[in-house]
Amino acid sequence: MYRIETAGLAELFAAISETQDLFLPLRKADQTNYGLWSEGEPFDLDTLKTVKSAKDCFFPQSEVLYRCKSEDGKLSIDPQKLCDRAFVVFGMRACDVKAVEVLDNVFLSEPVDTFYAARREHGTIVSLACHEPEETCFCANFGIDAAAPGADVETWIIEDSLYWKPLTEKGEALTESLKAVLESTEKETPAEEAEKTVAEEQEAIRKIIEKLPLSHLDLSRFKPEHTMELFDSPLWEELYKPCLACGTCTFVCPTCQCYDIRDFDGGKNGVQRYRCWDSCMYSDFTMMAHGNMRTSQIQRFRQRFMHKLVYYPANYDGLYSCVGCGRCVSKCPASLNIVKVIKKLGGEV
Amino acid sequence: MQELITRAKELLADGTVSRVLGWKKGDMGWDPEPAYFDKEEDLKDFVYNPFCGANLSKYLIAAGKLEGTTLVFLKPCDTYSLNELVKEHRVKREKTYIIGVGCHGTVKAEKVLNAGIKGIEDAAIEGDTLKVKTLYGEKEMPLMDALLERCQVCKGKTHVVFDELIGAEEGEEAGPGELAGNRFAKVEELEALSPKERFAFWQRELSKCIRCNACRNVCPACSCLKCVFDGNQFDSSQKANADTFEEQMFHIIRAYHVAGRCTDCGECSRVCPEGIPLQLLNRKFIKDINTFYGEYQAGADTESRAPLTDFTFEDVEPGIVNERGGGR
Amino acid sequence: MCECSCGGKTKTDVLIPMIGVITDIRTETPDVKTFRVVGRDGRKLFEHMPGQCAMVSVPGVGEAMFSITSSPTNTEFQEFSIKRCGTLTDYLHEMNVGEEITVRGPYGNAFPVETALKGQNLLFIAGGIGLAPLRSVINYVLDKRDNYGTIDILYGSRSKDDLVQLKEIQEVWAKTPGVNVYLTIDREQEGWDGHVGFVPSYLKELEFATDKTVLVCGPPVMIKFSLQSLIEMGFEKTQVYTTLELRMKCGVGKCGRCNIGSKYVCKDGPVFRCDEIDELPPEY
Repeated sequence: MYRIETAGLAELFAAISETQDLFLPLRKADQTNYGLWSEGEPFDLDTLKTVKSAKDCFFPQSEVLYRCKSEDGKLSIDPQKLCDRAFVVFGMRACDVKAVEVLDNVFLSEPVDTFYAARREHGTIVSLACHEPEETCFCANFGIDAAAPGADVETWIIEDSLYWKPLTEKGEALTESLKAVLESTEKETPAEEAEKTVAEEQEAIRKIIEKLPLSHLDLSRFKPEHTMELFDSPLWEELYKPCLACGTCTFVCPTCQCYDIRDFDGGKNGVQRYRCWDSCMYSDFTMMAHGNMRTSQIQRFRQRFMHKLVYYPANYDGLYSCVGCGRCVSKCPASLNIVKVIKKLGGEV
Repeated sequence: MQELITRAKELLADGTVSRVLGWKKGDMGWDPEPAYFDKEEDLKDFVYNPFCGANLSKYLIAAGKLEGTTLVFLKPCDTYSLNELVKEHRVKREKTYIIGVGCHGTVKAEKVLNAGIKGIEDAAIEGDTLKVKTLYGEKEMPLMDALLERCQVCKGKTHVVFDELIGAEEGEEAGPGELAGNRFAKVEELEALSPKERFAFWQRELSKCIRCNACRNVCPACSCLKCVFDGNQFDSSQKANADTFEEQMFHIIRAYHVAGRCTDCGECSRVCPEGIPLQLLNRKFIKDINTFYGEYQAGADTESRAPLTDFTFEDVEPGIVNERGGGR
Repeated sequence: MCECSCGGKTKTDVLIPMIGVITDIRTETPDVKTFRVVGRDGRKLFEHMPGQCAMVSVPGVGEAMFSITSSPTNTEFQEFSIKRCGTLTDYLHEMNVGEEITVRGPYGNAFPVETALKGQNLLFIAGGIGLAPLRSVINYVLDKRDNYGTIDILYGSRSKDDLVQLKEIQEVWAKTPGVNVYLTIDREQEGWDGHVGFVPSYLKELEFATDKTVLVCGPPVMIKFSLQSLIEMGFEKTQVYTTLELRMKCGVGKCGRCNIGSKYVCKDGPVFRCDEIDELPPEY
């Protein structure tokens, strides 16, 4: 465990970005989102939830897969180069860290998505514990501990100090490369004292979480064996009605991984085939030349939540593909969200 | 609020209406959800407070396809959207029973939460103060700091269409409410910038866009059955920006499509998850329309012809673009 | 786009296609053409099993999943029978021999030709373009004739002009010993002296014995009513296989759009036994 003054964070970040790309929550035009940090730029570690999650760092909203040209009737394909530059994402909260595991299950299972895999391989995640979890947080329901966010290095910001604890080989390597900065204040703080401070902070965080209004949801009904019963529930009819069919929930969600593959025709510069995030809430999601098997919003709405709470767990050992970050709770324009679905279908209301 | 519930129950009971469209309590005190109430007993969850920002008029397009009349609660500015929808034959006036509800402003939950007010249960407006009932007792904050942008520049407390009013006075003075600022102030500020600065402003704002389409889907003027951005023939797909310029295209094209029909209801900026001040694009059009074709408020009535779909000899010449420096 | 400032090396992702050359185009019906495709080296692009699909694309136009209609026993090329019904297929229909497209695959599971179907009497039921995936199985089975019992093929289309692969059906399949071919069209038509009527009702008229394993493919409504007919005739759902089709983008179970419940048609299908489908939400 290391401790540095938060006043020295810019120095730490400068040290990281000397050799690697560093993604940090940045405040731009009044909103906080992860972005590539450059020295001197202000960062924002106070905002609990970035608007979009850190998903972009591993699975960007839009990325080119390959370029294709046609010359004299001959096609040529030029695949996009894979990420081969090490990078660090700093400040990911426990929920977003868990979300990466959800994405890993999809993208790293055979056949491996090499674009994603290359970013995972080159990325080191430094997590940050949630000093003050909010009432929209419900990560506790998914076995996530906001006080011990995990990943390669976990950190806590307590008063004027950042506590730094490497957890994996990657985390150790990053720590090693930052020894000069991390150790400058470390000598002054005995290890036991730092451990004790962090333990107290953890206890305080867990106490808050315990008291949050959404920390105790009943998920017991959301099991693969209840698929048909949940699918056929008349409650969807009540739940979906205010849904505007926008993609806000899917795009701010750290675990939504559906994508579209499209072409951008640059004329004589060739065609860029790119993939971009897609939303099962959009009407063209399942549209085929001869028709669409989800023609109404109720079907699309149901698909999203059945996927998160039933289908995904059926494929991945019961793991839910919701991490309780609460972004949909605060961002849905019609105040719909997965919590309402869990409560209603779970029998709570 | 009790008055609204009582009246809704009466209208349901005597068969005047088949359903009620209003707002329902959310999990938090600050997130009421637009909701249908089909039965009298469902109305126990009905809520109307300063967090009920959602403009319910667009839901009436879907409600119009249902059997019977729908009772809808509309705030003064929501009634302009309804009129415009009626004018465009999207909503059938005769299948809609409108109760105009009094409004002293709607607030942005994020602003209240960011002011450190937690455990919100309910809220009410008293003069220029927002009084919030919380788990930790009653809190207050200056109303102006909590209001949605559209309410900070409120365009008036008049219901332009209604069957009855509750909590509001008929013939209430048109024009902005007592707190309201000039809604074109920010537009003027942007107009005063150099093109380069203005481009930088929009680049900064629009680069946040995540293409969630919330602005389009919530917009009462965006009522096309199939949006141009949903077509596959168009490189500007609805869900991704192929390049950094394209996200601007989306918003600019959308602003053009609603020009002359946008009532400035402010729903686009209310729902934007990235807080993009989208209303500014629409207001620029409104301001120019006012200058070039005379004062016009979309949705003020259901009969008048919109300036952009009408011709008069007083209309400005196209050369105005050049005169204003557009041809540079 | 990715903000990362990397400029790294290239590995081949499953989403990166191969280049295929169209070496032959047969006009089957007014709206169906069969395209023969090989790699630039003139050889087959990949090995597949009957029922599997591949992503065919024209860059700048689109990419879509098509079933491979040629049999794996064909060592020279792959064929796709493609009905003109959308942007990509319109474009493909305008293409000429010698032009290039991209192909990636094969994707999905296959009909269990080497396991459950082996040694069985087989009944093929196809409607319209639904013959495409079944043709792959039929030719596979004919090439390995000794491994299977009797073979009955019931094929129907809107009109006689809409029967795909008619030449092969009449000149090869119908003339193979132990193979019975039954053709039907929806409505009376001049120059047609064969059976007239929908596939599901013809199926009942034919009174097949229930000692067969059935492979059915066609428009969803034909599959539905054929299945009803089969049940009335005494067949069990466990005896019937079909292939499903939904919107696909990746083809490898990741893009998230071809799911029926927790199953992905591109990866867990497209071939399903009818009793398996019963356990899934009815969204197909």
